[in-house]
Formats: sequence, C-alpha cells, structure tokens
Amino acid sequence: MTALRTAIRRISLSWTAWHTTAIIVFGAFALGLLPFVKMGLVVNGAILGAIIAVGAIGLTLIYGILNFANIAHGDYMTMGAYLTLFIVGGALSALGMEAQGFGPFTFGYPTLIALPIAVALVAAGAIALDVAIYRRLRDRGVSAVVLAMASLGVAIALRGLVQIVWSGDAQHLPRQSKPVFHLPMDVRVPPDAIFVALVALALVSAVYLTLTRAKMGKAMRATADNPQLALVSGIDTQRVIWWTWGMGAALAATAGILLAVFQAQMLPSMGWRFLIPLFAAAILGGIGSPYGALVGAFVIGVASEVSTQWINPSYKPAVAFGILIVMLLARPRGIFGSSG
Amino acid sequence: MALLEVSNLVAGYGETEILHGVSISVDEGEIVTIIGPNGCGKSTLMKAVVGLVDVRSGRVTFSGADVSALPPQRIARSGLCYVPQTDNVFPSLTIRENLEMGAFVRNDDFSERMDEMFDMFPDLGSRPSLRAGSLSGGQRQMLAIARALMLDPVLLLLDEPSAGLSPGMVGSVFERIRGINRAGVSLLLVEQNARQALSMSDRGYVLSSGENRLEDEGQALLDNAEVARLYLGGSRDRTESDSPK
Amino acid sequence: MDITGIASYGAGFAIMACIYAIFALGLNVHWGFTGLFNIGIAGFFALGAYTSALLTTQPPDPALFEDFAFGGNIAEYAPLDLGVDLWFAVALAAAGAVCAVIALLIGYVTLRLRDDYLAIATLGIAESVRLFFLNEKWAANGSKGLYRIPKFLDEWVSPEHYDYLYLVVALVALAVLYLAVNRAASSPWGRVLRAIREDEVAAEASGKDVFAFKMQAFVLGAVVMGIGGALYAHHIRFLAPLTFDPLLATFVIWAMLMIGGAGNNLGAVLGAFAVWGIWTGTQFLPGIFSDPDFRLFMIGVLIVAVILIRPAGILPERRAFSRRRIPDRAPIAEPPP
Ligand SMILES: Nc1ncnc2c1ncn2[C@@H]1O[C@H](COP(=O)(O)OP(=O)(O)OP(=O)(O)O)[C@@H](O)[C@H]1O
Ligand SMILES: [Mg+2]
Repeated sequence: MTALRTAIRRISLSWTAWHTTAIIVFGAFALGLLPFVKMGLVVNGAILGAIIAVGAIGLTLIYGILNFANIAHGDYMTMGAYLTLFIVGGALSALGMEAQGFGPFTFGYPTLIALPIAVALVAAGAIALDVAIYRRLRDRGVSAVVLAMASLGVAIALRGLVQIVWSGDAQHLPRQSKPVFHLPMDVRVPPDAIFVALVALALVSAVYLTLTRAKMGKAMRATADNPQLALVSGIDTQRVIWWTWGMGAALAATAGILLAVFQAQMLPSMGWRFLIPLFAAAILGGIGSPYGALVGAFVIGVASEVSTQWINPSYKPAVAFGILIVMLLARPRGIFGSSG
Repeated sequence: MALLEVSNLVAGYGETEILHGVSISVDEGEIVTIIGPNGCGKSTLMKAVVGLVDVRSGRVTFSGADVSALPPQRIARSGLCYVPQTDNVFPSLTIRENLEMGAFVRNDDFSERMDEMFDMFPDLGSRPSLRAGSLSGGQRQMLAIARALMLDPVLLLLDEPSAGLSPGMVGSVFERIRGINRAGVSLLLVEQNARQALSMSDRGYVLSSGENRLEDEGQALLDNAEVARLYLGGSRDRTESDSPK
Repeated sequence: MDITGIASYGAGFAIMACIYAIFALGLNVHWGFTGLFNIGIAGFFALGAYTSALLTTQPPDPALFEDFAFGGNIAEYAPLDLGVDLWFAVALAAAGAVCAVIALLIGYVTLRLRDDYLAIATLGIAESVRLFFLNEKWAANGSKGLYRIPKFLDEWVSPEHYDYLYLVVALVALAVLYLAVNRAASSPWGRVLRAIREDEVAAEASGKDVFAFKMQAFVLGAVVMGIGGALYAHHIRFLAPLTFDPLLATFVIWAMLMIGGAGNNLGAVLGAFAVWGIWTGTQFLPGIFSDPDFRLFMIGVLIVAVILIRPAGILPERRAFSRRRIPDRAPIAEPPP
C-alpha cells in the first residue's frame, strides 16, 4: 500500500527515468528515419504530444493530490481557448488592439496579451469551483467516483456555457497565413507549431522547477504522498489543493489555447474529445506522476500521428485509446509506476 | 497545570465510537506511555489529540489553551508534534525534503535545526538526497521522528516508534527517545514494547476498549501483577536483557 | 394542434421516455447498485441500435446510393415471421449480446483497476464506436446514416396509429426489464453489489469475488442499455453517428438517474420521465429556455446540484445496511485502493 503510493506519486527523476526519456525520444525519431514512416508525422506527433503533455500534467497533478479523475479537464481547455478568443475579439479589439501575423506566427500580438489573462481566469474559476463544489464534497467524505461524477456535471455545464455564448460552430483566432518552414526529409513545420512547442517546453520546465524547488511545489508532492501526514506537519492542505487546481487548470487552459492555435480552429467539443489522449497519456506514464504524463504524452502524440500514415486520421483518439487498453493489460500501473 | 490535559474524550469514526471518555495528562518534561491491547483506541486517542479525528465531547488542552476544535495544522504550529504509527514519512520526497516539510510553517532559516537532526541521526545526514521510500524501516522511523522535531516541539507524540524494527534497532530508537526527552521535550508514547517503554517512563496509562483502565508510575505499572499478566506477557527476562543499560 | 395530434405527440413522447427509462435502469445497475462509473452510455446505446438495425434492414440499395456491405434483413426472413414478427425478439437479443461482449472486454481490462479507469474506458469505447460508424461507410452508411429500419408488427395497424402500438411495446419492454432489474437488485446478488459499492475492501475480506460481481453487474447494465438502443432504432428508424452525441445519449441519462434517485429503480424510471418531460417541454418556452445549449448547461448544473443538495435524488434508495466507512476528520480524499 505504502509502496503503491510511493510509486504512483513518484515525481523525482531517477537515472533510469532520464534514460527512458532519451530512449523514447530517440526511438521516435529513429522511427522517422525508417523508409516507410514519414519524418514529418513524427515531428507533428511530437508537437501534438507537447500539447497533450501540458494538459495531462495538470490532470495527473490533480489526480495525485485530490485523488479523482477530473472529467472536466478537457472543458477547462475549451474554456481557455474560448476566453482567449473572447478577450482578443472583445476587450482588446475594443481598445483598438487588432493585429494578425505577429512575427512569423499567424496570430497577432493581442493573442499573446489575452493568453495569460485567459489562463488566469480559468485558474481562478477552477479554484472557485473547488470552493463551491469539491471542497464541500470532500468535507462530506464522499468517495472518489462521486467527485468524478461532480466533475462530469461541471464538464457538461461548461460545455453548455461555451455553446450558449459562442454557438456550436467552429471559431478561430484572427489569423493571417504565413509560410511554413521547410526542413530536410520533407518535414514541413508551420510557424505556429514552433510557438506551441516553445510554450509547452517553458511550461513543463516551470512545473518541474515548481515541484522540485518551490516550497509550495514540495508541499504538493508531500500532500500527494500522504495528506494526513502533511496536515500534522503543519501544511495547510486546503491551500495546497487550491494551488493544485490553479496550476492544473492553468495548464489545461494553456493546452486548450495551444490546441486552438495548432489546429487553427476551436470547437466546443474540442476539450471533451481531447480527454481520451489526456487520460491515455496520464495513465500510460503512471497516474499521479507528472513526469510519467510527459513521457506518456509524447508516446501518445507520436503514435497517433504516425498511425495516420496507414489509417484514417480521424481515428487518432481511437489509437490513443487502443494504446491505453494495451497498456492497462500489460502494465496497469503505467511506465513509471511500480508495483504496489 | 499539566502541559497536555485530555479529559473525558469521546471520539470515533463515522457511526462507531471508539473512545468513550478517556482522560490522560502529560506534565512538562515527562515521558508518559500508553499501553493497551490491539484495537483499544490508542492510535485514535493520539489522532484525536492532534486533530485528525473529531473530538465529539470532552476537552483537549495544550499549554492551557483548548485545542479540541483546532485543525491539525494549527495544533502542529502550537508546538505539539506527532509521529503516526504507519505511513509516517513522505516516500517520494528526499530525506532533506521530508525535513523541510516538517519545518513547513517556519519562515525563518531552519538550516541549523536540520544540521542538528543530521547530527542526531547520522544515517540521514550521510545521504540527504535519498528518497524516503527507499529507506529501511529503522531509518524511516528516525526520519519520521526528525521530521516531527523540525518544529522544535514542546510535546512530541510517538505512536509505536519501535513497531516492526529489529531488536537492535528497537534499543537504538529508545535511546534516541530518551535523548530527545533529556533535551527538554515532553513525550507521550504508545508502545507495544510495553516493558521497555514503561521502564523509562515517568508515568503510564493502561487503556482498554476505549476507556482508562489503570494509571500509575512507570515502574509501578511494571510491578503490577495484573498488568504483567495481561499486557507484558511472560517474557520478562528476555526483554530485560534486551533493554539498554 | 387538434386532439389526435396532441395524442400522437404524447405517444411519441412516452415512447422516448420509456426508452430513456430503460437506459436509466441500465445505468442504475452500473452506478446505483455497484458504483461503476460509466460515462460512455452512448457507446452501448449505439452498439445496441446499430446491431439491431443492421440485422433487420434490407441490404443496401445502389439506387439510393447506399454502399454499406451488410443488411441482415431478418425482418423479411419467413421462419421468423409467423404473423408476430419474431425477428424483433431476435434483434433485441442480438443487441444485448453485442453489448455484453463489449462490456466483458472493457470490464476484463478495467474492473480490477481503479474505479475511474472504467470511466475512461467507457468514454473511449463510446468515441471509438462513433468514429467507426462515422468513417466505415461500408458498415452502416457512414454519416448519411441507416434508414429503412423495419417496424415491429407493421401490418397490425395503420401508419398513423403505429406509435400507439409501439408505445405498448416500449411499455412492455420497460416493465419486463424493470421487473428483472428489480428482482436482481433485491436478490442476495444485488445485496452483494451494494456491499461492494459501500465498502469494497470489506466485501473482498468477507470472501466475495468482487471482480466477478462487478463484471456481472457491468454486463447486465450494458445488456439493458443495448436493448434500449435497439428499441430506439426501431422507433426512430434512422441512425447516424450524430444520434449518439454524448449530450442526448449519455449526459441526459445521467441527469435522469441522479435526479430520480440513484439506487432506486422506480426513481430511475421517474427521473427519466421527469427529465424527458422537462427537456421536451422547454422546447415550447420562449427565449433562452428553449435553447438546447441552455438546456445542456442546465443538465450539468442539475447533476452538480443533486450531488450537493440532494444526493439521494427524488426517490432515495431504501437502505437496509450500514453506512460506508467514514474516513478520519481531515481527509483529502479516499486513500488509493
Ligand atoms: N479510519 C477508520 N475508520 C473506521 N474505524 C477505524 C479507523 N481506524 C481505526 N478504526 C477502528 O478503531 C478501533 C481502534 O483503532 P486504533 O488504531 O485506535 O487502535 P490501537 O489501539 O492503536 O491498535 P494497535 O495496537 O493495533 O495500533 C479499531 O477497532 C479499528 O478497527
Ligand atoms: Mg495503533
């Protein structure tokens, strides 16, 4: 039991963990070198993986500390994307800030201003929902599935809200076409993909530093390990939980914006549809482990993208699901979870 | 007035009541041991004192202040620290991080305190970046105690610190406990190694089915025939030869 | 609308309410009795509906630009006719059987693991089934959908009165399933399920094969949902991947069960009629109330509100056993299993 917790909540990076990453990353690109696999798909998959990682790390943090599967996580992503759209199209354009094609990117500088505001709003909203809903349920001592059930309700309501305000049709941020970068091996990278990768990299590093260096980050790991011991050590676990919601939702919102930028459109169902890759990545890596989620996301991203060489691209979520099922059969605790 | 005063404490889980009015006290500088059969509520008593289990009626006062309704993190801040019976370290955190978590509420520089801990428990000091989950049982217990000491507690609650340890390790844990007490920390102990614990205690309580059964000085309880028969078993000779000189 | 119009509208409403009540009963077996968190009801709904439809419809007609591969056409198969359309029973049974097989597979993979893994797996199945029928045009005509799904006992009444007949069929199906599920729930088997829901560790400790019981409950609930899907197929007589949008094929059913009273079969049926009544009734309201998006929003709010304010729903479950083990005062959540 203790061993299980140890394993599942393991965050610190061990020697083998770095090696596994190296093997997986090099393995993926070696895959791209094979004559029958397009390197372009591998690169695309890595970028998709970066978006999945940003979402899945938040999901797994929430799982580790609050102990339930946040079904609304995808809809936090959707909210992030639509709030950005709202700020860009509403407030900022009213202030006369209208532009597209910032630097090499398709979107304009207003999007860069709107992004942190939207992310902060979603984070604040997630904390407010904890106060209004989840904290009450926790105090009542309900089981994890009831919390997940409540988050399903939240997911439905958020989706409804998005559709009321923005309708069910596809929307997109103001954009201007930009030339794609041509790399060797017939790899074409749209400039926005570079933005996506840079933001994801920065966020993953920030999460890593927070969890290993910041006092609150360490307290989050401690609470994930053993909430009661955290309490008697004087840690205010309610605050830890709010930080977790804040971080998790901020990551989700950013993932949503990145996805909207990467796909050049947004739909109210985008987050809900993204739940499968998110959970597949988190479970693949060992749920509760942010590091595992990162690796899991990379595997899911590359695998589902490369699969499109042979099968219909719209099956990508099904491919992620298939990998998840195989993983659950072979090693239910995930790559970085050990036995319990 | 006693440092810790528990009077007529009633507590339990859900609909079951485990403690039906328990009273104990610990004076400044004392070592007090609680013994009793398995499942009689010793751990529940400790959890109620530190706020992990609701106090349904009765009072817990610490340094004269009523703490019965305080949340655990507030109780810890007031200088009453607790080492649980099981799961008493953060396994995925390193030794150093475990101690930092013990000092979570301190906003001052506690590196000196951490060095003291590393001196007191050299096993921990030699590899501070090892994950607690990879430590042996004895080392874990030491880390758990060190973690609780990071706040410079006035009173330390130890729930079965010697459980599951090798006989040699048991002796060394008891030796540390005595040292902690000599340094001025009052101690409330729950122990299965009743003989050893009582022999170094000022006073002891016998709990049974969630109620006080007996209370006396440590030595007196050891000499009590009923206690010996019920709770100390027949292994008097062996245990005595084990106990530290 | 004249009186016959209202009556036939009412019959159509009642048929859908009965079908939803069947889904709610199936979900009650999962969630209400056993605590299994299925968020992919749409998957079983679709599997049941497509199975029954594909078995019974005629093979594709090139003149109608249909290019799917298989139409079982058992509705035209003489030995199954005998004047009472026996094929209908065969189709329902097949719908249940397909769902049972899929439930066995998902259950085998996830029911030994954490509770929420089942949720993810059901979600994955629902999405995969939807993607399959959307992309594999040969299977069921893709997004154009299957139509020409036959009517049960078509010859017995005139088309304008057919709904009344089908209402009787739906009511009979609901009654049979209700009695069966009720019977199962009040049997010793049902009591074990509830013991598992309340305290899995204790149930395991008392020698119950928790995995086997969960599996049986999961399969039973899935079969009920599959039959519901088949009844839907022969009522609406048109199926497309869009039919199985999570909103109307999963979320609404959750709202029905939560509001009616999880754990109580009568509550599930009542919840289905009430929520479906509100759902269809609000169409006639002015302004935002008839906006389907607003109704979606309200479904979510209702689910949360029920959990917070009245977790037992309108008709609470009758409890004949002790409450669940309550954690210490300051839990963050349940410890992992
Ligand atoms: N979280 C809980 N929920 C419900 N009952 C509990 C819980 N924890 C303990 N109990 C019950 O409370 C009773 C007292 O437990 P407690 O741990 O206080 O005993 P103890 O005297 O410390 O025993 P031991 O010597 O085994 O440590 C036992 O019957 C136990 O089963
Ligand atoms: Mg105990």
